[in-house]
Amino acid sequence: MASTTQEASHGAAEAAHGGGSSMPQLDFSTFSNQIFWLAVAIVAIYFILSRVALPRIAAVLAERQGTITNDIAAAEDLKAKAVEAENVYNKALADARAEAQRIAAETRAEIQAGLDEAIAQADVDIAAKAAESEKAIAEIKAGALDSITAVANDTAAEVVAALGGKADAKAIAAAVSNRMKG
Amino acid sequence: MGKIFFYVALALAVVSGLIFAPEQAGLQIHPMEQFIVQPLFGHGEISWYTPTNATLWLLLAVAAVFALMVMGSSRRAIVPSRGQSIAELAYGFVYKMVEDVAGKDAVKFFPYIMTLFMFIVMSNALGLIPQSFATTSHIAVTAVLAMLVFLTVTIVGFVKNGAGFLGLFWVSSAPLALRPILAIIELISYFVRPVSHSIRLGGNIMAGHAVLKVFAGFAGALGLFSFLPIFAITAVYALEVLVAFIQAYVFTILTCVYLKDALHPSH
Repeated sequence: MASTTQEASHGAAEAAHGGGSSMPQLDFSTFSNQIFWLAVAIVAIYFILSRVALPRIAAVLAERQGTITNDIAAAEDLKAKAVEAENVYNKALADARAEAQRIAAETRAEIQAGLDEAIAQADVDIAAKAAESEKAIAEIKAGALDSITAVANDTAAEVVAALGGKADAKAIAAAVSNRMKG
Repeated sequence: MGKIFFYVALALAVVSGLIFAPEQAGLQIHPMEQFIVQPLFGHGEISWYTPTNATLWLLLAVAAVFALMVMGSSRRAIVPSRGQSIAELAYGFVYKMVEDVAGKDAVKFFPYIMTLFMFIVMSNALGLIPQSFATTSHIAVTAVLAMLVFLTVTIVGFVKNGAGFLGLFWVSSAPLALRPILAIIELISYFVRPVSHSIRLGGNIMAGHAVLKVFAGFAGALGLFSFLPIFAITAVYALEVLVAFIQAYVFTILTCVYLKDALHPSH
């Protein structure tokens, strides 16, 4: 505390000695000193900046700009490649799809042809079978009619005999066939 | 957490004020003492080469510029460290200012303007360290800086444009009768430039530091209530940090404006 007061009074005395003013800024006796050392400082800073710092920072900034530009170009390149690859992939996909559709259509046509043929064959077989069956049925029908006539003749002869008549085979057959028609 | 610290600090301030209260709480305010230029060694006369406190802080400003701009950028990293990005930021800031304000052909003055900016901003910042010496608060320093700019601008103006530089004072867009009057006004304003340029910087720094000292004096005198001026000091200090940068910026941008006048004197 005491030392600062002493220093302060010393400073005040000095200020009074220098300029008679309370502003040390107007103490002209210190100007040459300040201006000399300011010149030293300014020249030193000027050389530090213009010889070392500014070229170095400019180089770093330029290098960074270059790196960024290169990286962006590379990224655009890669993007173009990706788009191209996607196009190729899409094309391959479309080709494969078309091929698949073609194969499916072909197969379908083949199957259809086979099916048609089989149906036709089946129709023919069915027709043949039906004709055969009809013929068999007709035969059976004819057979049945003959049997019926025979049975009817026999039965009629038996009936006539039972009734005490004399059965003429010819007359009975004529009568039965007459009846069968009617 | 911060709130607790705040209250603890407040309590400490009050208690210390009670315990260490000065016996005679007289106002002892000497706001201008901090600006006194003293020899670093001994108490002799100050001649032009004597190392003084001003010398110390001027050279510390050089060291600070060296530390930031050279050591900060020494790794030349593509992805910069913190120090390097501040150096690059300062570079870009001033470079863009020179380019935008003074024009593309002023770029060759960029190292010169960068020197001014870095010196002023570093000196202002170092001046904010308690117990330091604010070199830029002295009119001797700021006047030299302003005269450097004034002389450079005038010489560059005449070298580049010859007598055409005088067109700066001859407002050709004004009516003919008004032109001589305007020329006188322009001439006066031209010569007032270095004065305003230097006093703006020196005055701002000096005033801010003096205000801090005044509040510090109150803090010593008020005892228990010394926390009030301490809060004020904190607020003013924050403002001074802003002023330290803004005054460097203003000085630099005015330099660019003057340089533009020298390179393109036509109105």
